[in-house]
Amino acid sequence: MEKKMLEIQEKIKNNIRLSREDGLYLYNSGDLLDLGELARWKKFQVSGRNVFFNVNRHINLTNICVSRCKFCAFGVDENGKGGPYLMSVDEAFDYGAAAVDYGITEFHIVSALHPHMPFDYYVDIVRRLHETFPDIHIQAFTAVEIFYFSQISGLSIREVLSALKAVGLGSMPGGGAEVFNDDIRQKLCPRKAMSDEWLEVHRIAHELGIKTNCTMLYGHIETIEDRINHFIRLRNLEDETPGFQAFIPLPFLPENTSLSHISRTSAIDDLKTIAISRLMLDNIDHIKAFWIMLGLPIAQIALDFGADDIDGTVVEERIMHAAGAPTEKGISKEKIIKLIKESGYIPTERDTLYKVIRAY
Amino acid sequence: MKLRNLLQDIIDGRRMTNEEFALLYRQGDFLEIGRAANHVREKRFGNNITSFIIDRNINYTNICSCKCKFCAFYREKGDKDAYVIDKTTLFGKIDEAVSLGATQLMIQGGLNEELKIDFFEDIFKKIKSRYDITIHSLTAPEIVYIARISNLSIKDTLLRLKKAGLDSLPGGGAEVLHDDVRSYISPNKIKTAEWLGVMKTAHEINMKTTATMMMGSVDKLEHRIYHLDAVRHLQDETGGFRAFIVWTYQPGNNELMGEKISSAQYLRFLALARLYLDNIEHIQGSWVTQGERIGQLSLLFGADDLGSIMIEENVVRAAGLVYKMDMNKMVRLIRDAGRVPALRNTKYELLKVF
Repeated sequence: MEKKMLEIQEKIKNNIRLSREDGLYLYNSGDLLDLGELARWKKFQVSGRNVFFNVNRHINLTNICVSRCKFCAFGVDENGKGGPYLMSVDEAFDYGAAAVDYGITEFHIVSALHPHMPFDYYVDIVRRLHETFPDIHIQAFTAVEIFYFSQISGLSIREVLSALKAVGLGSMPGGGAEVFNDDIRQKLCPRKAMSDEWLEVHRIAHELGIKTNCTMLYGHIETIEDRINHFIRLRNLEDETPGFQAFIPLPFLPENTSLSHISRTSAIDDLKTIAISRLMLDNIDHIKAFWIMLGLPIAQIALDFGADDIDGTVVEERIMHAAGAPTEKGISKEKIIKLIKESGYIPTERDTLYKVIRAY
Repeated sequence: MKLRNLLQDIIDGRRMTNEEFALLYRQGDFLEIGRAANHVREKRFGNNITSFIIDRNINYTNICSCKCKFCAFYREKGDKDAYVIDKTTLFGKIDEAVSLGATQLMIQGGLNEELKIDFFEDIFKKIKSRYDITIHSLTAPEIVYIARISNLSIKDTLLRLKKAGLDSLPGGGAEVLHDDVRSYISPNKIKTAEWLGVMKTAHEINMKTTATMMMGSVDKLEHRIYHLDAVRHLQDETGGFRAFIVWTYQPGNNELMGEKISSAQYLRFLALARLYLDNIEHIQGSWVTQGERIGQLSLLFGADDLGSIMIEENVVRAAGLVYKMDMNKMVRLIRDAGRVPALRNTKYELLKVF
């Protein structure tokens, strides 16, 4: 091992926070298997041999979007191509309700920025689902959506979140973070919340006792410095106003987007990013290997590179699949359990707030 | 800790026993095994090169009497899409291959009773008279079959084919070298002893070969270890294997179906094969059956070669699996793994370092 790597190893074993420079070093040099071992050691400190998953239903209410980010293959115009759709409150409810018998513990609602639907529409859906299924946790609306709801309703972010919480919102997903570099956001997603706004929504959510996740979309036009900076901003927010449960690195899938000339991140980059996020984000407990985007083989291997969560056995997912994610749209619990066991870990079904439902 | 010491012993050069292989496969740490395999690769080559070859598969016929359960390629004579290649098509394919930079032909096909040794002598001679290209062709089951229908011994068959231009034999048809497995998945194909016999005879007439394995159908770990043991043993005797390649069984469009073995298991096996086969120089990673993402990771788990840029591959494709690879992609894939890409020929001589 190189001297710098040994230094980093010392820091990690002594719970000393890694610097920006350390993060850059890990990305730019060093052996991937050494890195994996460090990240895995860190994972063991946090969650032992458990690997978490949950069983949820994704509900993507609409694909009609005013934001139209360049990296997205899901959003369409209201009257444009690509099969624009909008679920009514009843349809959304029925769609969610239909999955209840699969043993789901979470409704996961993420959508587009619809040009006309009022904030009340979203409130109604959460209320309907929560009233009928009070035991099923509702994780809904990215910070980008929350910020948009504030714009279309004239309410403050705090008021929007409070209103949703009052009718049953349990926690927020981590999407829409992309990369915290506003020059890049101006190029790729100019019509949605900028970095500070995204972070502000999560700060307020945490203040209101709403747990959230966080993500990073990588492998497009960002630099390694941007990625490390992203980790540090998340880490700082978690220090100041804790509330992040999990970090989910999302590799950019170029297919079907207007950035399709960019090639897909390599498996090595994906594993590095998992491992480095585990080491940099020392105050966020869970690192998720999101199999929908990584593919099951890499998600399984990522368990030895610091990931401790493999996401849900999603009943059906549309957004990533629009971008050509070559994975199945849903996966059985048995398959997830088998993969985790095969890698020598304990498959642990959790609820949204990481309460253990059952270890297998 | 005990297993870590064991891995260190093996890195230091002690030969791994079959029991140790089983122990490490079942209980060894994934990352430590990978690192040990990479260490041994580094020690052997003293560089960070990953080689690859450009070759063309030409499947001369799909009519096959073998009918293996895992195969989606074979047809019966009389089937609408049954074929035997004609010379115009054959040379057309080779012309194209040469223009695309191929240095190796893998001419392989079904066991077709109408194609006796003169068919192969004829095409090999014609190829050699027209092209400067290596004929790395005909698997052991084909050699045995050609010998039988031509009333020749294995040795005479190989000698005649060698004279006509056959340079080396690929390792296909080995599947898993254990007769319990073979009797089930490919009952009509040659058994373990015959496969090894062809390889041994080839090595004796100074014809190099490759050893392969198709893992993950009905085989258990014990069968795979038996296979590796047989290969290592013969290699001690003859030294004629240039490389070992492990593929994973592709369920799809065949009789056997079943589930694909996980990529983590593949990488673990590959790494242990590098450590076990201390007498075989090259260990090839397979992006063809594993996809480029796992293919890339195989480089961290002991592989020094990534196979290959194939201009045409029909057999795996028939099972429903198509991955595309070109030179730029291959070079980038290898570089992204921190390795130095190099184009090689059949003898593993480096033709161009990128």
